[in-house]
Amino acid sequence: MPAGTLYRGREGMWSWVAHRVTGVLIFFFLFVHVLDTALVRVSPEDYDKVVATYKTPIVAVLEYGLVAAILFHALNGLRVIAVDFWAKGARYQKQMLWTVVGVWIVLMLGAIYPVLGHAARVVFGS
Amino acid sequence: MSTTETTASGVGPVEGGSYNVDNPAPYIEAPRQRTKKTPKSTRGNFEMAAWLFMRLSGVVLVVLVIGHLLIQLVLDGGVSKIGFAFVAGRWASPWWQVWDLLMLWLAMLHGCNGLRTVINDYAERANTRLWLKGLLYTATVWTILLGTLVIFTFDPNIR
Repeated sequence: MPAGTLYRGREGMWSWVAHRVTGVLIFFFLFVHVLDTALVRVSPEDYDKVVATYKTPIVAVLEYGLVAAILFHALNGLRVIAVDFWAKGARYQKQMLWTVVGVWIVLMLGAIYPVLGHAARVVFGS
Repeated sequence: MSTTETTASGVGPVEGGSYNVDNPAPYIEAPRQRTKKTPKSTRGNFEMAAWLFMRLSGVVLVVLVIGHLLIQLVLDGGVSKIGFAFVAGRWASPWWQVWDLLMLWLAMLHGCNGLRTVINDYAERANTRLWLKGLLYTATVWTILLGTLVIFTFDPNIR
């Protein structure tokens, strides 16, 4: 079998894949999110009951994942705009991707306590 | 388009003029150049508009959505404080009503167009594309209308 014939992609391809995957996930969440918010037109009790599930530890982890998807999609989207509209955008697309990843990591570290703190208090006791 | 001459040379009208002493050979348009004779494109610029919309709405959504995440998940106790009373407090202000309405419309249209692209890329059979996009557009229209209705008809004293 010839070695090294499989194209494994580079930064450009994998950021494109990640942009698609996060975009589709966010869209499906958005659909559900509009539906759950629509419960405010049914009754305060029904809305609060559903929102209570958003406060459980397992869903908190999902929310952290949602934040991760949204932040990557937002930051990489700005990079895509820069590639399209900035004359030197294409030349610096790799550097911009690593900037995106760096900012994303910092923001995700910052999101740990606000998004997961209450779940940790439930699981480990405050 | 001069069609005046059918002259000595016996050559009929030619695009861009005809043969004569000053114009010994007909001018031939570049193959893809649009001339008055080129049929009007039937496609329009929809794909370009969609491409541009993704970038413009994307920039606005970065601000709207990150602001939304900060308010709902980070500030003031994070998700723990969310409930009917919290929603009622925010939608008492037209500012947040407009914020949420704009976010709803832009995010749904941005996501709808994104999924349209994904469907076009991966669904190979024309019929599959037709059905998937039909489902997508139906879900998008319903979600936008439902969300808009909820924002405009919200009643804090429902009970």
